[in-house]
Amino acid sequence: MTTTTAGRLRRRLHRLEPAAITGVMSRDVTNFMTYWKATTFSSVLDPTIYLVAFGLGLGTIVAAVEGMEYVVFVGTGMVGTAILFSSAFGAMYGVFIKHRFQRTYDAILAAPVDTEELVTAEVAWLGLRAGVYGCAPLLVTMIFGLDPSWGMLLVPFIGAITAFGFAGFGVFAAAAVSKIDHFNYIQSALLTPLFLVSGTFFPIDELPQAAQIASNFNPLYHCVELVRHAVFGLESIDLFHISVLLVFAFGMWRLAIWRLEKRLIE
Amino acid sequence: MEAPQLAIRLRGVHKRFGEITAVDGLDLDVPEGTCVGLLGPNGAGKSTTMKMLTALAMADAGEIEVLGFKVPEDSKQARALCGVVPQLDNLDVELTARQNLAVFARLYRVPAAERRAAVDGALEIANLVERADTRVDKLSGGMRRRLLIARGLVHRPRLLLLDEPTVGLDPQVRQELWALIDALRTEGTTILMSTHYIEEAERLADTVSIMANGRVVARGRPAELVREHAGVETLEVYGPPARLVEVREEAEAAGYRVRQTGTAVAILGAEAGNGRLPEGVRRAASLEDVFVLLTGEEVE
Repeated sequence: MTTTTAGRLRRRLHRLEPAAITGVMSRDVTNFMTYWKATTFSSVLDPTIYLVAFGLGLGTIVAAVEGMEYVVFVGTGMVGTAILFSSAFGAMYGVFIKHRFQRTYDAILAAPVDTEELVTAEVAWLGLRAGVYGCAPLLVTMIFGLDPSWGMLLVPFIGAITAFGFAGFGVFAAAAVSKIDHFNYIQSALLTPLFLVSGTFFPIDELPQAAQIASNFNPLYHCVELVRHAVFGLESIDLFHISVLLVFAFGMWRLAIWRLEKRLIE
Repeated sequence: MEAPQLAIRLRGVHKRFGEITAVDGLDLDVPEGTCVGLLGPNGAGKSTTMKMLTALAMADAGEIEVLGFKVPEDSKQARALCGVVPQLDNLDVELTARQNLAVFARLYRVPAAERRAAVDGALEIANLVERADTRVDKLSGGMRRRLLIARGLVHRPRLLLLDEPTVGLDPQVRQELWALIDALRTEGTTILMSTHYIEEAERLADTVSIMANGRVVARGRPAELVREHAGVETLEVYGPPARLVEVREEAEAAGYRVRQTGTAVAILGAEAGNGRLPEGVRRAASLEDVFVLLTGEEVE
Protein backbone atom coordinates (compact mmCIF):
# COMPACT_ATOMS: atom_id res chain seq x y z
CA MET A 1 0.00 0.00 0.00
CA THR A 2 2.97 2.30 -0.38
CA THR A 3 2.09 5.46 -2.28
CA THR A 4 3.59 8.85 -2.88
CA THR A 5 2.40 10.07 0.53
CA ALA A 6 4.64 7.67 2.35
CA GLY A 7 7.46 8.43 -0.05
CA ARG A 8 7.28 12.14 0.48
CA LEU A 9 7.65 11.82 4.20
CA ARG A 10 11.10 10.41 3.92
CA ARG A 11 12.25 13.93 4.60
CA ARG A 12 13.50 14.53 8.11
CA LEU A 13 10.80 15.65 10.57
CA HIS A 14 11.73 18.33 13.07
CA ARG A 15 10.50 19.75 16.34
CA LEU A 16 7.53 22.11 16.30
CA GLU A 17 6.54 21.45 12.71
CA PRO A 18 3.87 23.89 11.51
CA ALA A 19 2.05 21.06 9.70
CA ALA A 20 1.67 19.13 12.96
CA ILE A 21 0.50 22.20 14.86
CA THR A 22 -2.05 23.28 12.25
CA GLY A 23 -3.19 19.65 11.96
CA VAL A 24 -4.05 19.51 15.66
CA MET A 25 -5.66 22.96 15.42
CA SER A 26 -7.76 21.84 12.48
CA ARG A 27 -9.26 19.21 14.77
CA ASP A 28 -10.09 21.91 17.31
CA VAL A 29 -11.61 24.14 14.64
CA THR A 30 -13.68 21.32 13.16
CA ASN A 31 -15.05 20.49 16.58
CA PHE A 32 -15.62 24.17 17.36
CA MET A 33 -17.91 24.43 14.35
CA THR A 34 -20.29 22.06 16.15
CA TYR A 35 -20.63 24.24 19.26
CA TRP A 36 -19.73 27.82 18.30
CA LYS A 37 -23.30 29.05 18.68
CA ALA A 38 -23.41 28.10 22.35
CA THR A 39 -20.01 29.70 22.97
CA THR A 40 -21.01 32.90 21.21
CA PHE A 41 -24.31 33.06 23.03
CA SER A 42 -22.75 32.96 26.50
CA SER A 43 -19.82 35.18 25.51
CA VAL A 44 -22.22 37.96 24.59
CA LEU A 45 -24.94 37.38 27.17
CA ASP A 46 -22.64 37.06 30.21
CA PRO A 47 -21.09 40.54 29.98
CA THR A 48 -24.47 42.01 29.09
CA ILE A 49 -26.02 40.65 32.27
CA TYR A 50 -23.05 41.80 34.35
CA LEU A 51 -23.13 45.27 32.88
CA VAL A 52 -26.88 45.65 33.30
CA ALA A 53 -26.56 44.51 36.92
CA PHE A 54 -23.56 46.74 37.64
CA GLY A 55 -24.95 49.66 35.70
CA LEU A 56 -28.34 49.57 37.42
CA GLY A 57 -27.00 48.43 40.80
CA LEU A 58 -23.50 49.56 41.68
CA GLY A 59 -23.47 52.27 39.04
CA THR A 60 -26.01 54.32 41.02
CA ILE A 61 -23.73 54.28 44.10
CA VAL A 62 -20.35 54.55 42.36
CA ALA A 63 -20.49 57.39 39.91
CA ALA A 64 -17.04 57.27 38.36
CA VAL A 65 -13.78 55.36 38.76
CA GLU A 66 -10.45 56.65 37.47
CA GLY A 67 -12.36 59.31 35.59
CA MET A 68 -14.64 56.95 33.72
CA GLU A 69 -18.22 55.85 34.22
CA TYR A 70 -18.37 52.77 36.45
CA VAL A 71 -20.12 50.69 33.81
CA VAL A 72 -17.31 51.50 31.36
CA PHE A 73 -14.69 50.69 33.99
CA VAL A 74 -16.20 47.27 34.63
CA GLY A 75 -16.97 46.64 30.97
CA THR A 76 -13.39 47.16 29.86
CA GLY A 77 -12.14 45.18 32.85
CA MET A 78 -14.37 42.25 31.97
CA VAL A 79 -12.34 41.62 28.84
CA GLY A 80 -9.77 40.09 31.19
CA THR A 81 -12.39 37.96 32.93
CA ALA A 82 -13.68 36.64 29.62
CA ILE A 83 -10.15 35.78 28.50
CA LEU A 84 -9.25 34.08 31.78
CA PHE A 85 -12.30 31.86 31.89
CA SER A 86 -12.34 31.03 28.21
CA SER A 87 -8.68 29.99 28.14
CA ALA A 88 -8.00 28.51 31.58
CA PHE A 89 -11.25 26.56 31.86
CA GLY A 90 -11.20 25.64 28.19
CA ALA A 91 -7.76 24.13 28.63
CA MET A 92 -8.40 22.49 32.02
CA TYR A 93 -11.62 20.72 31.13
CA GLY A 94 -10.88 20.29 27.44
CA VAL A 95 -7.50 18.69 27.94
CA PHE A 96 -8.61 16.53 30.84
CA ILE A 97 -11.57 15.19 28.90
CA LYS A 98 -9.63 14.67 25.68
CA HIS A 99 -6.79 12.98 27.48
CA ARG A 100 -8.55 10.80 30.04
CA PHE A 101 -12.12 10.30 28.90
CA GLN A 102 -12.03 10.49 25.11
CA ARG A 103 -8.44 9.27 24.69
CA THR A 104 -8.09 11.70 21.79
CA TYR A 105 -4.44 12.39 22.57
CA ASP A 106 -3.50 8.75 22.17
CA ALA A 107 -4.75 8.94 18.60
CA ILE A 108 -3.02 12.26 17.90
CA LEU A 109 0.31 11.11 19.32
CA ALA A 110 0.16 7.94 17.24
CA ALA A 111 0.41 10.29 14.23
CA PRO A 112 3.67 12.16 13.57
CA VAL A 113 2.90 14.70 16.31
CA ASP A 114 4.88 15.23 19.53
CA THR A 115 3.59 16.38 22.90
CA GLU A 116 5.36 19.69 22.30
CA GLU A 117 3.41 20.24 19.08
CA LEU A 118 0.20 19.02 20.64
CA VAL A 119 0.42 21.45 23.56
CA THR A 120 1.49 24.30 21.30
CA ALA A 121 -1.50 23.71 19.06
CA GLU A 122 -3.99 23.48 21.91
CA VAL A 123 -2.62 26.62 23.57
CA ALA A 124 -2.51 28.51 20.28
CA TRP A 125 -6.08 27.59 19.44
CA LEU A 126 -7.41 28.55 22.87
CA GLY A 127 -5.38 31.75 22.74
CA LEU A 128 -6.79 32.76 19.39
CA ARG A 129 -10.31 31.86 20.40
CA ALA A 130 -10.06 33.79 23.66
CA GLY A 131 -8.48 36.73 21.84
CA VAL A 132 -11.54 36.99 19.62
CA TYR A 133 -14.18 36.26 22.24
CA GLY A 134 -12.45 38.50 24.74
CA CYS A 135 -13.64 41.41 22.62
CA ALA A 136 -17.27 40.59 23.33
CA PRO A 137 -17.44 42.57 26.62
CA LEU A 138 -15.88 45.50 24.83
CA LEU A 139 -18.54 45.44 22.11
CA VAL A 140 -21.28 45.12 24.71
CA THR A 141 -19.83 48.04 26.69
CA MET A 142 -20.06 50.17 23.56
CA ILE A 143 -23.82 49.71 23.74
CA PHE A 144 -23.57 51.05 27.29
CA GLY A 145 -21.78 54.17 26.11
CA LEU A 146 -18.11 53.35 25.50
CA ASP A 147 -16.77 55.34 22.56
CA PRO A 148 -14.83 53.46 19.89
CA SER A 149 -11.10 54.11 19.62
CA TRP A 150 -8.28 52.90 17.37
CA GLY A 151 -6.46 51.41 20.31
CA MET A 152 -9.25 48.88 20.68
CA LEU A 153 -7.82 47.05 17.71
CA LEU A 154 -4.96 45.97 19.99
CA VAL A 155 -7.34 44.24 22.39
CA PRO A 156 -7.55 40.89 20.53
CA PHE A 157 -3.74 40.68 20.53
CA ILE A 158 -3.46 41.50 24.23
CA GLY A 159 -6.19 38.96 24.83
CA ALA A 160 -4.49 36.26 22.80
CA ILE A 161 -1.14 36.69 24.58
CA THR A 162 -2.80 36.58 28.00
CA ALA A 163 -4.86 33.58 26.92
CA PHE A 164 -1.76 31.68 25.72
CA GLY A 165 -0.48 31.91 29.28
CA PHE A 166 -3.71 30.90 30.97
CA ALA A 167 -4.32 28.12 28.46
CA GLY A 168 -0.82 26.85 29.21
CA PHE A 169 -1.67 26.99 32.87
CA GLY A 170 -4.89 25.05 32.17
CA VAL A 171 -3.02 22.34 30.25
CA PHE A 172 -0.55 22.09 33.12
CA ALA A 173 -3.39 21.80 35.64
CA ALA A 174 -5.19 19.18 33.55
CA ALA A 175 -2.04 17.09 33.38
CA ALA A 176 -1.27 17.54 37.07
CA VAL A 177 -4.58 16.65 38.71
CA SER A 178 -5.61 13.04 39.23
CA LYS A 179 -9.38 13.70 39.24
CA ILE A 180 -11.50 16.21 37.40
CA ASP A 181 -13.09 17.29 40.71
CA HIS A 182 -9.73 18.68 41.82
CA PHE A 183 -10.29 21.57 39.44
CA ASN A 184 -12.52 22.97 42.20
CA TYR A 185 -9.42 23.63 44.31
CA ILE A 186 -7.73 25.47 41.47
CA GLN A 187 -10.82 27.48 40.66
CA SER A 188 -11.62 28.60 44.21
CA ALA A 189 -8.15 28.97 45.64
CA LEU A 190 -6.41 30.45 42.62
CA LEU A 191 -8.52 31.62 39.70
CA THR A 192 -11.34 33.34 41.58
CA PRO A 193 -8.92 35.45 43.69
CA LEU A 194 -6.90 36.24 40.56
CA PHE A 195 -9.90 37.62 38.81
CA LEU A 196 -11.32 39.51 41.79
CA VAL A 197 -8.00 41.25 42.50
CA SER A 198 -7.16 42.12 38.94
CA GLY A 199 -8.62 45.61 38.81
CA THR A 200 -11.74 44.48 37.01
CA PHE A 201 -14.32 45.56 39.56
CA PHE A 202 -12.32 48.06 41.60
CA PRO A 203 -8.96 49.75 41.07
CA ILE A 204 -5.98 48.00 42.64
CA ASP A 205 -4.60 51.27 44.08
CA GLU A 206 -7.47 51.32 46.58
CA LEU A 207 -5.97 48.18 48.15
CA PRO A 208 -3.29 48.01 50.91
CA GLN A 209 0.22 48.31 49.55
CA ALA A 210 1.04 44.64 50.12
CA ALA A 211 -1.90 43.66 47.92
CA GLN A 212 -0.78 46.15 45.28
CA ILE A 213 2.67 44.60 45.17
CA ALA A 214 1.16 41.13 45.07
CA SER A 215 -1.06 42.04 42.16
CA ASN A 216 2.06 42.52 40.04
CA PHE A 217 2.33 38.75 40.12
CA ASN A 218 -1.19 38.44 38.78
CA PRO A 219 -1.04 38.21 34.98
CA LEU A 220 -4.67 39.14 34.75
CA TYR A 221 -3.96 42.48 36.40
CA HIS A 222 -1.46 43.30 33.65
CA CYS A 223 -3.97 42.23 31.04
CA VAL A 224 -6.73 44.43 32.51
CA GLU A 225 -4.39 47.42 32.72
CA LEU A 226 -3.23 46.94 29.14
CA VAL A 227 -6.75 46.59 27.80
CA ARG A 228 -7.91 49.81 29.50
CA HIS A 229 -4.83 51.64 28.28
CA ALA A 230 -5.34 50.32 24.77
CA VAL A 231 -8.87 51.70 24.82
CA PHE A 232 -8.08 55.05 26.47
CA GLY A 233 -4.44 55.68 25.61
CA LEU A 234 -1.23 53.70 26.04
CA GLU A 235 1.44 54.65 28.61
CA SER A 236 5.10 53.74 28.96
CA ILE A 237 4.33 51.33 31.83
CA ASP A 238 2.52 49.20 29.28
CA LEU A 239 5.88 47.90 28.08
CA PHE A 240 6.26 46.40 31.53
CA HIS A 241 2.74 44.93 31.41
CA ILE A 242 3.26 43.31 28.03
CA SER A 243 6.65 41.95 29.10
CA VAL A 244 5.10 40.25 32.11
CA LEU A 245 2.42 38.70 29.91
CA LEU A 246 4.98 37.44 27.39
CA VAL A 247 7.12 35.87 30.13
CA PHE A 248 4.01 34.34 31.67
CA ALA A 249 2.90 32.90 28.32
CA PHE A 250 6.33 31.46 27.56
CA GLY A 251 6.77 29.98 31.03
CA MET A 252 3.34 28.35 31.10
CA TRP A 253 3.81 26.97 27.60
CA ARG A 254 7.02 25.16 28.60
CA LEU A 255 5.55 24.04 31.92
CA ALA A 256 2.48 22.62 30.17
CA ILE A 257 4.62 20.65 27.71
CA TRP A 258 6.79 19.24 30.47
CA ARG A 259 3.86 18.16 32.65
CA LEU A 260 1.68 16.73 29.88
CA GLU A 261 4.59 14.76 28.47
CA LYS A 262 5.13 13.22 31.88
CA ARG A 263 1.46 12.29 31.95
CA LEU A 264 1.16 10.99 28.38
CA ILE A 265 4.38 9.08 27.86
CA GLU A 266 4.74 6.05 30.12
CA MET B 1 17.08 -16.10 -1.20
CA GLU B 2 17.29 -12.67 0.36
CA ALA B 3 16.05 -12.36 3.93
CA PRO B 4 12.73 -10.49 4.11
CA GLN B 5 12.81 -6.88 5.28
CA LEU B 6 11.57 -6.47 8.82
CA ALA B 7 8.80 -3.94 9.42
CA ILE B 8 9.23 -4.37 13.16
CA ARG B 9 12.27 -5.64 15.02
CA LEU B 10 12.42 -5.87 18.81
CA ARG B 11 15.42 -7.22 20.69
CA GLY B 12 15.62 -7.74 24.44
CA VAL B 13 12.99 -5.14 25.23
CA HIS B 14 12.23 -4.54 28.89
CA LYS B 15 9.60 -2.33 30.46
CA ARG B 16 8.80 -1.98 34.14
CA PHE B 17 6.06 -0.01 35.83
CA GLY B 18 7.27 0.33 39.39
CA GLU B 19 7.33 -3.17 40.84
CA ILE B 20 5.62 -4.77 37.87
CA THR B 21 7.60 -6.03 34.90
CA ALA B 22 5.26 -5.65 31.94
CA VAL B 23 7.69 -6.64 29.20
CA ASP B 24 10.61 -8.86 30.09
CA GLY B 25 13.19 -9.40 27.37
CA LEU B 26 10.90 -9.37 24.36
CA ASP B 27 12.17 -10.34 20.90
CA LEU B 28 9.74 -9.88 18.06
CA ASP B 29 10.03 -9.79 14.26
CA VAL B 30 7.34 -8.70 11.85
CA PRO B 31 8.48 -9.29 8.25
CA GLU B 32 7.10 -6.88 5.65
CA GLY B 33 3.98 -8.08 3.91
CA THR B 34 2.90 -10.45 6.65
CA CYS B 35 0.28 -10.39 9.37
CA VAL B 36 1.67 -11.28 12.77
CA GLY B 37 -0.66 -12.02 15.65
CA LEU B 38 0.52 -11.18 19.13
CA LEU B 39 -1.50 -13.60 21.18
CA GLY B 40 -1.55 -13.63 24.94
CA PRO B 41 -3.79 -13.46 27.97
CA ASN B 42 -4.62 -10.12 29.59
CA GLY B 43 -1.56 -8.79 31.36
CA ALA B 44 0.92 -10.61 29.11
CA GLY B 45 2.39 -7.28 27.98
CA LYS B 46 0.70 -6.91 24.59
CA SER B 47 -0.68 -3.42 25.12
CA THR B 48 2.59 -2.16 26.56
CA THR B 49 4.38 -3.57 23.53
CA MET B 50 1.98 -1.79 21.18
CA LYS B 51 2.52 1.47 23.08
CA MET B 52 6.28 1.16 22.86
CA LEU B 53 6.09 0.80 19.09
CA THR B 54 4.61 4.31 18.80
CA ALA B 55 6.73 5.73 21.65
CA LEU B 56 3.73 6.24 23.92
CA ALA B 57 5.70 4.11 26.35
CA MET B 58 9.48 4.14 26.64
CA ALA B 59 11.39 0.88 26.95
CA ASP B 60 13.80 0.64 29.89
CA ALA B 61 16.19 -1.51 27.87
CA GLY B 62 16.47 -3.18 24.48
CA GLU B 63 16.23 -2.15 20.83
CA ILE B 64 13.11 -1.23 18.92
CA GLU B 65 13.05 -0.60 15.18
CA VAL B 66 9.92 0.25 13.22
CA LEU B 67 10.19 0.40 9.42
CA GLY B 68 13.92 0.78 9.81
CA PHE B 69 13.66 3.74 12.20
CA LYS B 70 14.99 3.56 15.73
CA VAL B 71 12.33 4.06 18.37
CA PRO B 72 11.99 6.29 20.34
CA GLU B 73 14.72 8.46 18.68
CA ASP B 74 13.17 8.49 15.20
CA SER B 75 9.69 7.47 16.21
CA LYS B 76 8.10 10.46 14.52
CA GLN B 77 9.42 9.31 11.15
CA ALA B 78 8.14 5.81 11.80
CA ARG B 79 4.74 7.04 12.96
CA ALA B 80 4.24 8.94 9.72
CA LEU B 81 4.31 5.60 7.91
CA CYS B 82 2.29 3.59 10.45
CA GLY B 83 -1.42 3.33 11.01
CA VAL B 84 -2.63 2.68 14.53
CA VAL B 85 -6.03 1.28 15.46
CA PRO B 86 -6.45 1.55 19.22
CA GLN B 87 -8.32 -0.82 21.42
CA LEU B 88 -10.59 1.93 22.75
CA ASP B 89 -12.72 3.94 20.38
CA ASN B 90 -11.37 7.49 20.43
CA LEU B 91 -13.18 8.97 17.46
CA ASP B 92 -14.55 12.50 17.71
CA VAL B 93 -18.20 11.67 18.25
CA GLU B 94 -19.62 15.07 17.36
CA LEU B 95 -17.94 15.02 13.97
CA THR B 96 -19.01 13.10 10.90
CA ALA B 97 -17.15 10.10 9.58
CA ARG B 98 -15.67 12.26 6.83
CA GLN B 99 -14.56 14.98 9.24
CA ASN B 100 -12.84 12.45 11.47
CA LEU B 101 -10.91 11.11 8.51
CA ALA B 102 -10.09 14.57 7.17
CA VAL B 103 -8.51 15.63 10.46
CA PHE B 104 -6.29 12.56 10.51
CA ALA B 105 -5.40 12.88 6.85
CA ARG B 106 -3.92 16.23 7.85
CA LEU B 107 -2.23 14.91 10.96
CA TYR B 108 -0.63 12.19 8.85
CA ARG B 109 0.61 14.83 6.41
CA VAL B 110 -1.38 13.79 3.36
CA PRO B 111 -0.77 16.73 0.96
CA ALA B 112 -3.76 19.09 0.72
CA ALA B 113 -4.47 18.22 -2.90
CA GLU B 114 -4.66 14.50 -2.14
CA ARG B 115 -6.68 14.69 1.07
CA ARG B 116 -10.12 14.43 -0.45
CA ALA B 117 -9.16 11.32 -2.41
CA ALA B 118 -7.48 9.82 0.66
CA VAL B 119 -10.64 10.31 2.73
CA ASP B 120 -12.84 8.87 -0.02
CA GLY B 121 -10.52 5.90 -0.32
CA ALA B 122 -10.63 5.22 3.41
CA LEU B 123 -14.44 5.49 3.43
CA GLU B 124 -14.55 2.95 0.65
CA ILE B 125 -12.25 0.49 2.42
CA ALA B 126 -14.45 0.69 5.50
CA ASN B 127 -17.63 0.46 3.43
CA LEU B 128 -18.89 3.74 4.88
CA VAL B 129 -19.36 5.79 1.73
CA GLU B 130 -23.08 6.13 2.36
CA ARG B 131 -22.56 7.16 5.97
CA ALA B 132 -19.77 9.63 5.22
CA ASP B 133 -21.75 12.61 6.48
CA THR B 134 -23.29 10.93 9.49
CA ARG B 135 -22.11 12.02 12.90
CA VAL B 136 -20.11 9.33 14.68
CA ASP B 137 -22.51 9.13 17.62
CA LYS B 138 -25.24 8.14 15.16
CA LEU B 139 -23.23 5.22 13.75
CA SER B 140 -23.63 1.62 14.94
CA GLY B 141 -20.88 -0.06 16.96
CA GLY B 142 -19.66 -1.99 13.94
CA MET B 143 -19.54 1.10 11.75
CA ARG B 144 -17.60 2.99 14.40
CA ARG B 145 -15.08 0.20 14.60
CA ARG B 146 -14.71 0.17 10.81
CA LEU B 147 -14.25 3.93 10.86
CA LEU B 148 -11.55 3.54 13.49
CA ILE B 149 -9.72 1.17 11.16
CA ALA B 150 -10.28 3.49 8.21
CA ARG B 151 -8.76 6.34 10.23
CA GLY B 152 -5.64 4.25 10.66
CA LEU B 153 -5.49 3.70 6.90
CA VAL B 154 -6.25 7.18 5.58
CA HIS B 155 -2.60 7.90 4.73
CA ARG B 156 -2.02 4.45 3.21
CA PRO B 157 0.49 3.31 5.83
CA ARG B 158 3.10 0.65 5.22
CA LEU B 159 2.43 -0.90 8.60
CA LEU B 160 -0.82 -1.25 10.50
CA LEU B 161 -0.88 -1.77 14.26
CA LEU B 162 -4.14 -3.27 15.44
CA ASP B 163 -4.62 -3.42 19.19
CA GLU B 164 -7.33 -5.95 20.08
CA PRO B 165 -9.38 -5.02 17.01
CA THR B 166 -12.57 -6.87 17.95
CA VAL B 167 -12.56 -6.85 21.73
CA GLY B 168 -16.04 -6.61 23.18
CA LEU B 169 -17.91 -6.78 19.87
CA ASP B 170 -20.86 -8.89 18.72
CA PRO B 171 -20.02 -12.00 16.69
CA GLN B 172 -21.59 -10.43 13.58
CA VAL B 173 -19.46 -7.32 13.89
CA ARG B 174 -16.41 -9.43 14.53
CA GLN B 175 -16.96 -11.40 11.31
CA GLU B 176 -17.34 -8.15 9.41
CA LEU B 177 -14.06 -6.81 10.78
CA TRP B 178 -12.24 -10.03 10.10
CA ALA B 179 -13.30 -9.77 6.47
CA LEU B 180 -11.96 -6.22 6.37
CA ILE B 181 -8.63 -7.12 7.99
CA ASP B 182 -8.29 -10.17 5.78
CA ALA B 183 -8.77 -7.99 2.70
CA LEU B 184 -5.99 -5.65 3.87
CA ARG B 185 -3.71 -8.61 4.49
CA THR B 186 -4.40 -9.98 1.04
CA GLU B 187 -3.46 -6.62 -0.46
CA GLY B 188 -0.09 -6.92 1.24
CA THR B 189 -0.38 -4.49 4.14
CA THR B 190 1.98 -5.45 6.95
CA ILE B 191 -0.04 -5.95 10.10
CA LEU B 192 0.82 -6.49 13.73
CA MET B 193 -2.31 -7.42 15.62
CA SER B 194 -2.53 -7.99 19.34
CA THR B 195 -5.39 -10.15 20.48
CA HIS B 196 -6.45 -12.50 23.18
CA TYR B 197 -8.97 -14.20 20.91
CA ILE B 198 -7.44 -17.39 19.67
CA GLU B 199 -9.79 -17.73 16.75
CA GLU B 200 -8.89 -14.25 15.58
CA ALA B 201 -5.18 -15.05 15.52
CA GLU B 202 -5.81 -18.41 13.87
CA ARG B 203 -7.87 -16.91 11.06
CA LEU B 204 -5.97 -13.74 10.32
CA ALA B 205 -2.33 -14.20 11.23
CA ASP B 206 0.35 -15.70 9.01
CA THR B 207 2.45 -16.26 12.08
CA VAL B 208 1.56 -16.06 15.73
CA SER B 209 3.77 -15.06 18.62
CA ILE B 210 2.40 -16.27 21.92
CA MET B 211 3.20 -13.93 24.79
CA ALA B 212 3.20 -14.74 28.47
CA ASN B 213 4.65 -12.73 31.33
CA GLY B 214 6.19 -10.14 29.06
CA ARG B 215 8.00 -12.36 26.60
CA VAL B 216 7.34 -14.50 23.56
CA VAL B 217 7.11 -18.15 24.57
CA ALA B 218 6.40 -19.62 21.14
CA ARG B 219 6.17 -18.42 17.57
CA GLY B 220 5.26 -19.89 14.22
CA ARG B 221 2.40 -20.55 11.86
CA PRO B 222 -0.75 -21.47 13.76
CA ALA B 223 -0.83 -24.99 12.31
CA GLU B 224 2.86 -25.57 13.07
CA LEU B 225 2.44 -24.36 16.64
CA VAL B 226 -0.44 -26.75 17.12
CA ARG B 227 1.52 -29.70 15.74
CA GLU B 228 4.65 -28.86 17.69
CA HIS B 229 3.08 -28.17 21.06
CA ALA B 230 -0.26 -29.96 21.10
CA GLY B 231 0.12 -32.81 18.60
CA VAL B 232 -2.62 -33.92 16.24
CA GLU B 233 -5.50 -34.99 18.36
CA THR B 234 -6.93 -33.97 21.70
CA LEU B 235 -9.11 -36.23 23.78
CA GLU B 236 -11.69 -34.53 25.94
CA VAL B 237 -12.96 -36.57 28.86
CA TYR B 238 -16.13 -35.46 30.60
CA GLY B 239 -17.33 -36.50 34.02
CA PRO B 240 -17.90 -35.40 37.60
CA PRO B 241 -15.09 -33.36 39.15
CA ALA B 242 -13.71 -36.24 41.22
CA ARG B 243 -13.47 -38.43 38.12
CA LEU B 244 -11.73 -35.63 36.22
CA VAL B 245 -9.04 -35.38 38.91
CA GLU B 246 -8.47 -39.12 38.55
CA VAL B 247 -8.32 -38.97 34.75
CA ARG B 248 -5.87 -36.14 34.92
CA GLU B 249 -3.55 -37.92 37.34
CA GLU B 250 -3.59 -41.11 35.29
CA ALA B 251 -2.91 -39.31 32.03
CA GLU B 252 -0.08 -37.27 33.54
CA ALA B 253 1.42 -40.41 35.03
CA ALA B 254 1.36 -41.93 31.54
CA GLY B 255 3.35 -38.92 30.28
CA TYR B 256 0.58 -36.98 28.53
CA ARG B 257 0.21 -33.27 28.70
CA VAL B 258 -3.15 -32.37 30.11
CA ARG B 259 -5.20 -29.25 30.53
CA GLN B 260 -8.49 -28.39 32.10
CA THR B 261 -11.14 -27.03 29.72
CA GLY B 262 -13.68 -25.96 32.27
CA THR B 263 -16.03 -28.93 32.12
CA ALA B 264 -13.60 -31.53 30.84
CA VAL B 265 -10.04 -32.72 30.98
CA ALA B 266 -8.23 -32.45 27.66
CA ILE B 267 -5.48 -34.94 27.00
CA LEU B 268 -3.09 -33.64 24.34
CA GLY B 269 -1.31 -35.77 21.81
CA ALA B 270 -4.03 -38.40 22.12
CA GLU B 271 -3.16 -39.85 18.71
CA ALA B 272 -0.25 -41.68 20.30
CA GLY B 273 -2.12 -43.71 22.86
CA ASN B 274 -4.79 -45.85 21.29
CA GLY B 275 -6.49 -48.11 23.78
CA ARG B 276 -4.74 -46.96 26.93
CA LEU B 277 -6.76 -43.77 27.26
CA PRO B 278 -10.20 -43.38 28.86
CA GLU B 279 -13.41 -42.91 26.87
CA GLY B 280 -13.93 -39.42 25.56
CA VAL B 281 -14.48 -37.18 22.59
CA ARG B 282 -11.61 -36.93 20.15
CA ARG B 283 -11.07 -33.68 18.29
CA ALA B 284 -8.32 -32.01 16.32
CA ALA B 285 -5.74 -30.25 18.48
CA SER B 286 -6.26 -26.48 18.45
CA LEU B 287 -4.33 -23.29 18.96
CA GLU B 288 -6.28 -22.88 22.17
CA ASP B 289 -4.61 -26.04 23.49
CA VAL B 290 -1.23 -24.51 22.74
CA PHE B 291 -2.23 -21.18 24.22
CA VAL B 292 -3.37 -22.61 27.54
CA LEU B 293 -0.46 -25.01 27.67
CA LEU B 294 2.07 -22.22 27.23
CA THR B 295 0.45 -19.35 29.07
CA GLY B 296 -0.95 -21.31 32.00
CA GLU B 297 -4.40 -22.33 33.14
CA GLU B 298 -4.68 -19.75 35.86
CA VAL B 299 -5.85 -16.28 34.98
CA GLU B 300 -4.08 -13.55 36.89
